[in-house]
Amino acid sequence: MGIEILGLPLMYYIAMVAKVLVAFVFVLLTVAYATYAERKIIGHMQVRLGPMRTGWHGLLQPIADGVKLFFKEEIIPSQASTFAFLVAPLIALIPAFITFAVIPFGGIIEIAGYKIPLQIAAYYDTTAGQVFDVNVGVLYILAMSSLGVYGIVLAGWASNSKYSLMGGLRASAQMISYELAAGLSIISVFMLSGTLSLSRIVELQSGFGGFEWYLFKQPLAAFMFFICSLAEINRTPFDLPEAETELVSGFCTEYSSMKYAMFFMAEYANMVTVCALTVTLFLGGWNGPLTGAIPLLGPVYFIAKVYFLMFVCMWIRATLPRYRYDQLMHLGWKVFIPVALVNIIVTGIIGYFL
Amino acid sequence: METLFFLIVSLVAVISAILVVTCRNPINSALSLIMTFFCLATYYVMLDAPFMAAVQVMVYAGAIMVLMVFTIMLLNIRVDASKKHSHKLIFGSIIGFFTVLNLIVLLVKSRAALPTGPYSGEIIRKIGHTELIGREMFTNFLLPFEITSILLLVAIIGAVILAKKKI
Repeated sequence: MGIEILGLPLMYYIAMVAKVLVAFVFVLLTVAYATYAERKIIGHMQVRLGPMRTGWHGLLQPIADGVKLFFKEEIIPSQASTFAFLVAPLIALIPAFITFAVIPFGGIIEIAGYKIPLQIAAYYDTTAGQVFDVNVGVLYILAMSSLGVYGIVLAGWASNSKYSLMGGLRASAQMISYELAAGLSIISVFMLSGTLSLSRIVELQSGFGGFEWYLFKQPLAAFMFFICSLAEINRTPFDLPEAETELVSGFCTEYSSMKYAMFFMAEYANMVTVCALTVTLFLGGWNGPLTGAIPLLGPVYFIAKVYFLMFVCMWIRATLPRYRYDQLMHLGWKVFIPVALVNIIVTGIIGYFL
Repeated sequence: METLFFLIVSLVAVISAILVVTCRNPINSALSLIMTFFCLATYYVMLDAPFMAAVQVMVYAGAIMVLMVFTIMLLNIRVDASKKHSHKLIFGSIIGFFTVLNLIVLLVKSRAALPTGPYSGEIIRKIGHTELIGREMFTNFLLPFEITSILLLVAIIGAVILAKKKI
């Protein structure tokens, strides 16, 4: 390991590129097969079979869908604002993917004497003997998720169609409201952890066979954060921006081909991110039995927990009807935000006396 | 390397800032402004202030600009027909010229005397930027902090009174 580039060993760069590729491919594959899993799961919950024709039990369905969308005609409405119309799907998709940079998906693994923390934006400092990661990880995620709203708002506005505009307006109002509630509900977690670094938060949740998870210390915050996140990424029961019965397809009505596919991918990538963040903050991240002996078990536990939460999302979609707009706003502003504030105060009082 | 990165970010910042004032379409102006905010956030990261960077993106790009875009959408301002605003242009350029002049003078003068405080880069990296800001804000700068929060409270009450006819 004599080779150094800009003061860092060559292994650092190899590990970085490898981590980025692995995480990216993982998210892409999960997104592709989440669409399949969702159709299958909802199908079986409604006593249907779901996709069956393409491949064994429809396993090739995501690939067929991808190929189909790729070869569709690309239509840009003549009255649309071209620049905003073209850039909107990108703005929706990119924040969903880059949030994965700070989520730790495993412990430290050692390859050829070089220690690699399984988190993209992190490195192991050999002189200090500890892992350095983005020490405002959670804020970074909140910041990025607040940018995702632009994609939807711009798509709605640039399409120059009334359905799109209504969808875009609904989406922006909803996302701003629930961003606040989600942000407030996780403050109580930081009050317990005393840090904003995600790898440190995961570390603090290890031990006692899972009973150190913040889910048990902050059940209310965990519940509220998950619900608010569902609302923020426009999943059922909060999928008003694309309510088919009222708005055709909401903000992406005018989109076709790959640009539509990008919105679709953004939705599922957001779901993966939200589930990963909930796992990291409340379900102990990659912690689990035997991770100390076999470090590669960390990612396995992490993925299992994320997939479980994604299953819960699909379950909710199969079970609950859509909220009405005024109910949605009422829930966000008059229920979740006050409850989150009370939760912060109670956590503060208990923390002061303990 | 850092200088090169700084130059690239600065180039993007300047171009997007120029686009903010030259774009005909208000939404494109707003997008350029978001881009400028991003570049500012990048500067904060380069200055060892990650908390500021995150808050910059979250508050300005994430909240304030969303409201701006929201307003533009609601008013449905389309591309402005080519009107001439010659008198405004002259006043604007005079103000802009003197501001730039002022900044240049300040830059040239203050090059030798960079401010030095108790918090060097090493200390910030060791303790953590977030914690340092929190400590300072709630101890030494508690009074300004409280005054700011009262100001915000007044603004919120004002907004509620303006928006609601009947309370």
